[in-house]
Amino acid sequence: MKQISLKINDQELRAKPGMTILDVAREAGIEIPTLCFHEELSRVGACRLCVVEVVGGKKLFPACTTPVTDGMEVLTHSERINARRKALLELYLSDHPADCLACEKCGNCRLQDYAYAYGVRTSPEDGERSQRQLDESNPFFIRDMEKCILCGQCVRMCGEIVGAHAIDFTHRGFQAQVAAAYEMPLQESSCVFCGNCVAVCPVGALIPRSRVGQGRTWEFKTVTTTCTYCGVGCVLNLHVKGDRLVDVSPGNGPANRGKLCVKGRFGLDFIHHPERLTKPLIKKDGRFVESTWDEALDFTARRLSEIKHAHGSDALGVFASAKCTNEENYLLQKFARAVLGTNNVDHCARLCHASTVVGLAKAFGSGAMTNSIPEVTLADTILVTGSNTTEAHPVIGYLIKQAVAQGKKLIVIDPRRIELAELADVHLQLLPGTNVALLNGLAHVIIAEGLADEEYIASRTEGFDKLKEALAKYTPEYVQKLTSVPADLIRKAARLYGKADRGAIYYSMGITQHSQGTDNVLAVANLAMLTGNVGREGTGVNPLRGQNNVQGACDMGALPNVFPGYQSVTKPDLRAKFTEAWGIDLPEKPGLTITEMIPASLSGDIKALYICAENPMVSDPDINHVRKALENLEFLVVQDIFLTETAQLADVVLPGTTFAEKDGTFTSTERRVQRVRKAISPRGESRPDWQIICELARRMGCKMEYQDPSAIMDEISSLTPSYGGIDYVRIDKEGLCWPCPTKTHPGTPCLHAQGFTRGLGKFTPVEAIGPAELPDDEYPLILSTGRNLYHFHTGSMSRRSEGLDWRIPEGYVEINPATAKDLAIKNGDMVRVTSRRGEIEIKARVTSVVPEGIIFIPFHFAESAANILTNPALDPVAKIPEFKACAARIEKLESLEEVG
Amino acid sequence: MSCSVCLCDIELSDEDKSTLDDILAQYPCQESSLIPVLQETQGQLGYLPRPAMEYVAKALKVPFARVYGVASFYSQFHLQPRGKHIIRVCQGTACHVRGAKEILKAFEDELGVAAGNTTEDLEYTLEVVACIGACGLAPTVMIDDETYGRLTPRDVRKLLRQTKKAAKAQ
Ligand code: SF4
Ligand code: SF4
Ligand code: SF4
Ligand code: FES
Ligand code: FES
Repeated sequence: MKQISLKINDQELRAKPGMTILDVAREAGIEIPTLCFHEELSRVGACRLCVVEVVGGKKLFPACTTPVTDGMEVLTHSERINARRKALLELYLSDHPADCLACEKCGNCRLQDYAYAYGVRTSPEDGERSQRQLDESNPFFIRDMEKCILCGQCVRMCGEIVGAHAIDFTHRGFQAQVAAAYEMPLQESSCVFCGNCVAVCPVGALIPRSRVGQGRTWEFKTVTTTCTYCGVGCVLNLHVKGDRLVDVSPGNGPANRGKLCVKGRFGLDFIHHPERLTKPLIKKDGRFVESTWDEALDFTARRLSEIKHAHGSDALGVFASAKCTNEENYLLQKFARAVLGTNNVDHCARLCHASTVVGLAKAFGSGAMTNSIPEVTLADTILVTGSNTTEAHPVIGYLIKQAVAQGKKLIVIDPRRIELAELADVHLQLLPGTNVALLNGLAHVIIAEGLADEEYIASRTEGFDKLKEALAKYTPEYVQKLTSVPADLIRKAARLYGKADRGAIYYSMGITQHSQGTDNVLAVANLAMLTGNVGREGTGVNPLRGQNNVQGACDMGALPNVFPGYQSVTKPDLRAKFTEAWGIDLPEKPGLTITEMIPASLSGDIKALYICAENPMVSDPDINHVRKALENLEFLVVQDIFLTETAQLADVVLPGTTFAEKDGTFTSTERRVQRVRKAISPRGESRPDWQIICELARRMGCKMEYQDPSAIMDEISSLTPSYGGIDYVRIDKEGLCWPCPTKTHPGTPCLHAQGFTRGLGKFTPVEAIGPAELPDDEYPLILSTGRNLYHFHTGSMSRRSEGLDWRIPEGYVEINPATAKDLAIKNGDMVRVTSRRGEIEIKARVTSVVPEGIIFIPFHFAESAANILTNPALDPVAKIPEFKACAARIEKLESLEEVG
Repeated sequence: MSCSVCLCDIELSDEDKSTLDDILAQYPCQESSLIPVLQETQGQLGYLPRPAMEYVAKALKVPFARVYGVASFYSQFHLQPRGKHIIRVCQGTACHVRGAKEILKAFEDELGVAAGNTTEDLEYTLEVVACIGACGLAPTVMIDDETYGRLTPRDVRKLLRQTKKAAKAQ
């Protein structure tokens, strides 16, 4: 491409065609003031502060929208320009409250900075002023619209990046303002309270409430870390004053580049919640009594040792945690294997993506997301199946919406009319649990219509003939009968995906949480390989992992059958490697999964459990059964930050810390290992989880001593080939995607580029079976479960966050208007939902998001826990339970008087 | 209307819905259809009720906030129902000098609504305008198509009584 030469303030510069004066200046480090410009947003040229002089030109040009031309000579700070900027600033300030002294933005305000830089001292007192109001209607941020300078960055952020389109310019002249339609409170609009508008506002018009009155910007310490909520792995900045978190702002991580969702941005106040556990607790005579660390640790170590000696190592089990760091999970599995002597170690990945790990390992040789998050917008057709991305992985949801806005095609497979379904080119609204049939149907059409990538199939895969044979019967008409999706839509979707140059599949628990979860995953993998959509940028099979570190907990071997890096415990050479490194003989027999440890606790085969930061009393299927099992244990130790539903059943409770109080790493869903950094000291006497594990090990006669988490990571990388090149120095600035085998390896955002991890990709034919429990006369509805944007997992953190709780204070069951009408249920009625496992009382939300005959309950709410109802039927291979489909019935609760 | 979206959750009478569907059917599903669709909707319904705007927003796949932004930007669009009679009180320079403020206040007091609003019985909409081109008669007022000049606040009451009578007589 031809280069352009130009001069800015006597500096000779080169530029690419299409760059603006501002782009070139910024690249060269020449500062031009801007108020409406933002790298990621469209350029509107509204504020005019960026005007520059072009030699030979009469008028002034806005640098942000004026393209450079060859031979151009630009002046950025001539007298004429400075005078113009000063006049402009005076104009802005003439309609701006003189509030710098008390404004929260003071010290971090562009208007203030420029007023200083251009020597604007006073603003005219009289003259017409706008009549905009202060909006304090939500608990997340204040909208002080009197201070708004109408730069429009928030409007563009909300529309172009977040895709919420909640706000826009309304009215005009002195009435002009930024608002939701009808100036209604944001909570009545499509606002998702992501706070990304707050992050870009250059002045004090949008202010997070948490920081009001907490101090000046320059008094805050800023610590960059990784979000503790979901697997997207957003980098965020914690702003701290006096050992307290006062504000959060988005960081510049590869996945989020300056954006967050409501949970990461405004959902961290659980850190300072008064219910945080600050001292160890020991249960004496049925009541918890506070104890010293020595007493609690000694007692725990003694009980675990006693049970080990009396009943053998396999009577013990460990629940590791997808919330904890890699270092902690590494230590937990090491503790189970080396100290307790059992492979009974597992974590909640069993409940979300065990089928992914098994299925993708079989098909590709590696059970993780094949491509990186920024590649979302490189795809030209995106297929989202069983992922309510905008609620469960919001920041990835933004990217998918951006792709659609750019004209990319979107196919959504989901029983519910989720937000993405409304934007989709095709929405396949299948019956819950009929995924295999539908995916097979798509593959059938692709083969029948000659859309399969034959060259790819021949050179990179094996087993195609068997697959083809098995798919023969899955004609669209046959599949329509099984799934209730119209045959024409199946064809339309198959053609869209089949013809795409870059087709990318994103899936989540709607695929995995079925008794046929592994088959579902295999069917997804078949579809992608069939069309040559694995191994290139912008394509792939992308399981979106739920928890912040569920990928890492798997990688660290917090699984019953593998050491760190998925190295099998049954392989003698691998066991020998770990035996040598850890200096102790290691058990050979694979251990139990958490879905097996629960029944084993009930039967008495397991006598003691060490549960670290997991809450099976809300997260696991059939909670009544879980309770009985945990109560049957001889000894239960729970390590957590709150007295969760599970911790209440414990004999000893050990107070761990939140992510803000410790160092470590999380591995996000895109396999990116990122730093977690300590911002405040542990609350009360709580201790970082890694220290607690080391203390227990030491008391059980095993030396586990590390100076800090960085030293633990060094041990991890020495034993885990895919983490071999990872250390804290290398990931200091930006995380790396594994596999990263050596210290010079740049990491691998896109997997399987040069061939699959297992060599050839393997097609595995799968047959449609359907859910384990189908509706019948007694339980005529299908119940599905899932998530809500404002809460996370079992709610122990999100429900202790003021704003999130304000937004969604209680559980609800979604029910279609027609089904509701049949049952005389109105929106807001209390209803009873019953399944073969139990019953709950919950509020009805009548909505056409769910189709007739299907009800949906988010599982975050312990008092109306969806998992009292769910079916613990397991996938035979992955042992993942069927959360997404069971039979249920619903009835209106009579009013209290009538019940009497 | 070529967009396929679910419009069933919006509260709108069947009659208004079919009016809107007829209008939308004439335009492609794109943002540039917004202004003509709003113009026709207002032509048919007399103003732009909120549910109608929500309906148009969904049907054209234009964000509701944008639809409202456009409708509130142009003075040709009315977000409130309009009265049978439109009273325009001039606040231009000439009228201003000759007491237009008091005239406006008299109307507001008499009608019980602030400028820009409509009386509850939907009889009158009170608006302000800048110069109606009859400065010689300042301060001036237009009621529907009639112009009245050289008014005092006392005249206002008389004028309103007359209009009411005339309305009854019809
Ligand atoms: S919080 Fe997010 S969704 Fe709400 S207005 Fe701001 S950018 Fe838009
Ligand atoms: S609120 Fe802030 S970002 Fe939005 S237009 Fe006003 S000044 Fe700009
Ligand atoms: S998208 Fe996930 S990682 Fe990012 S801020 Fe939200 S919860 Fe945190
Ligand atoms: S930054 Fe160029 S006009 Fe605002
Ligand atoms: S100023 Fe009132 S008519 Fe001209």
